[in-house]
Amino acid sequence: MPPTGRATDVLEVTGLCKTFGGLRAVADATLSVAAGEIVSLIGPNGAGKTTLFAMVSGFLKPDAGTVQFQRRDIKGLRPHAACRLGLARTFQVARPFPNLSVHHNIAIGAHTRYRRRNQALAIAAEVAERLGMASRLDDHAGSLTVAGRKRLELARALATRPRLLLLDEVMAGLNATEIDDIVAALRGIRATGITIVLIEHVMRAVKSLSDRAYVLNHGRMIATGTPAEITRNPDVIEAYLGHGAAARLADGQIDA
Amino acid sequence: MSERGRTIAGGLLFAPLAAVPLVVTSGRWIEFLELTLFTAVLGQGWNVLGGYGGQYSFGHALFFGTAAYIQALLQFKLGWSPWLTMWFAILGAMLVAAGVGYLSFRYGLRGSYFALITLAFAEAFHVLSRSFIGLTEGGRGVQLALNQDPAQAFATFQFNFAGPFLSTYGFYYTILVFLSIAYAAVWWMQRTRFGAQLVAVRENEDAAEALGVDAFRVKLGAILLSAAITALAGIYHVQKFLFIDPGIAYGPAKSVEALFAPIIGGLGTVLGAFFIHGIGETTKEIIGTFWQERPGLDLILFGVILVLVLGFAPRGIAGLLGEAWRRATDRACN
Amino acid sequence: MVRRHASLTVKSMLEVTGLHAGYDSLDVLHGVDLAVDEGQVVALLGSNGAGKSTLNNTLSGIIRPRLGSIRFSGKDIVGTSPEYIVASGLIHVPEGRRIFPNMSVLENLEMGGYRRGRKCRARNMARVTEVFPRLAERFSQLGGTLSGGEQQMLAIGRGMMSEPRLLILDEPSLGLSPLLVEEMFTLIGQLNEQGLSVLLVEQNVFQSLAIADRAYVLENVSVTLQGASADLLDDAQLRRSYLGM
Repeated sequence: MPPTGRATDVLEVTGLCKTFGGLRAVADATLSVAAGEIVSLIGPNGAGKTTLFAMVSGFLKPDAGTVQFQRRDIKGLRPHAACRLGLARTFQVARPFPNLSVHHNIAIGAHTRYRRRNQALAIAAEVAERLGMASRLDDHAGSLTVAGRKRLELARALATRPRLLLLDEVMAGLNATEIDDIVAALRGIRATGITIVLIEHVMRAVKSLSDRAYVLNHGRMIATGTPAEITRNPDVIEAYLGHGAAARLADGQIDA
Repeated sequence: MSERGRTIAGGLLFAPLAAVPLVVTSGRWIEFLELTLFTAVLGQGWNVLGGYGGQYSFGHALFFGTAAYIQALLQFKLGWSPWLTMWFAILGAMLVAAGVGYLSFRYGLRGSYFALITLAFAEAFHVLSRSFIGLTEGGRGVQLALNQDPAQAFATFQFNFAGPFLSTYGFYYTILVFLSIAYAAVWWMQRTRFGAQLVAVRENEDAAEALGVDAFRVKLGAILLSAAITALAGIYHVQKFLFIDPGIAYGPAKSVEALFAPIIGGLGTVLGAFFIHGIGETTKEIIGTFWQERPGLDLILFGVILVLVLGFAPRGIAGLLGEAWRRATDRACN
Repeated sequence: MVRRHASLTVKSMLEVTGLHAGYDSLDVLHGVDLAVDEGQVVALLGSNGAGKSTLNNTLSGIIRPRLGSIRFSGKDIVGTSPEYIVASGLIHVPEGRRIFPNMSVLENLEMGGYRRGRKCRARNMARVTEVFPRLAERFSQLGGTLSGGEQQMLAIGRGMMSEPRLLILDEPSLGLSPLLVEEMFTLIGQLNEQGLSVLLVEQNVFQSLAIADRAYVLENVSVTLQGASADLLDDAQLRRSYLGM
């Protein structure tokens, strides 16, 4: 897949590779995301999506390839440094700070930009308000449901005032209404100028939310295009969607 | 109870503690209280790294002993004023902490590995202090000259012969001041970004990193602060007892004492310190009465108590009290 | 709960009546009734926080209910130990897979069947590998290195090693690609055809209702809707809350 280097690219990944022992987790992955886009990264489990995120955000060192964030080479940068530059990432399995309140959890994110405690707490409250968590500020993070934890992940990342959000399966475990809520929230976030890359299995969200999608299978990019294009792509159907889901999506049904 | 709540509760103890001379005149009880507060200082030092930072050190004697040795040696060999050597003692402990911290955190040593590394360093310094006789006087230890002139009491930071009031309460107030400093440091830490980030690292290091927290720097900061507070205990010890040797400085006793108080107290360290010494004194009495002096028996008992506490009340005494408080106030809801 | 049967030969596998359960002093379930007949697939739908996990933990004996009864194969199992419940054939495959990451696939499966004798284990292992050939290929691989879909298969396979008569599947489609989800539901259908009763706790409404005979909706800690799947699919309230239509 030829790189599409545009002046408006927020993220440009070229030829990224990662091998674990004998396993080629990611092979020659290339993608680019323009400012203000919402791009989905989909693919079967074990395809290397989370590994890709880990490399982009600094948790793993790529064996080869480049990562450019806002035209700046960030390969090898530690995660906290990438975060300071404006690249925030959530985890597939939510990792709240269990013994802290929701408020304090989010405040940690705010501290990336704000040194003073009361400022960070104020920002945190604001972010919580925006995501509909204001009533749960004092709740123990450890007591949240799956949906609550996912929302908290999002809130914390948002509090770091990112330019780019990497969201790893933020919809997993949510029912249709909750998904709609998050989709609306993400649209709102994009409207403020933040670029979003999503790893997702929930085709409902992929279809309604993303401008473009990349499909990863066995570590390789096998397709890219608009959601409509990739859901019709036979390779994608074979490897990932299955004929039942593809048919339902083609029919216009919202659930896959 | 929140961590803040616990610090406040601890802080509230200071008024009655300061007023002790008004009620307590027995030298024995003052000794008991001093010992308790000393353990509390050690405990608070450990707690910054262990309770707040989640990095459990088994070798805090390293910082205690280094500070003690510097405090003693600079007076002994160079005749410096203890008020000057104090700063070098704290600095020395922090330098050692920087070394251990860099090695451990740079290479991602956590949990048991970190505990073992700290233990190893403490033992290494134990052996070194015994061997480098030219520097440390080896096994003979360092004995400071006793000052018997009341007029020189403050200059030499020795209160044993400083008149009726100070000879009883001088060191008591010293350790109380040191404990106040330790508490103030922890109080400050809780209100800053550094404190929040430290706790975040404890809760989930990867998540903290993803949120812009430089875990390495934060942990390093924690071990430095921890060492500085622990150094205060070392300084007090030298001034009070005027003697230090490799065993006292770097032996396991201080390391164990440092972690006991926070764990049993449930990270409410003063509470834990009281409990330890209360139990300690009582068991010594009981053992003395029924079994006579059998060295080591009280340590066995201590071990049993620690196991029981960790097994049934992992959040320590403060945790139990907190539970009771919660149960009492929750009854209103259901 | 009075249930009317068209035919007296339909046996009740699991019968939950008036269940109140929760943690500490707070009830999460307030009077839940549900039933699974032998050979049925019953779906339990509901939003997060509605109490599905609590219900599953109560059924497997991890939490003791405050009030109510649970009858499995006609026997009252409230207050019995989780081991007894497993031995009776009520197997819970928990949410999020929860396989042993540092054990191999084979070891994980063996853990599922350790209560049974060696002959039974061999037979069950054969059954599991027949249903999950992909697992057989990876016997020596560490559980933690499997992909999400493979881990889900392993979790179900491990459950099957205990010779379940009723399998409680907690969100088996969580985090799986659409293709795998389809395979998963097909598989559940296959297992059901072989005689296994299933209580399926899910978010994926369409596909759950497609294979289930009956369904319950758990909302705000009590059952608010129940009925045959076809009827539920038509239900306006359900469509609004869960299908977002």
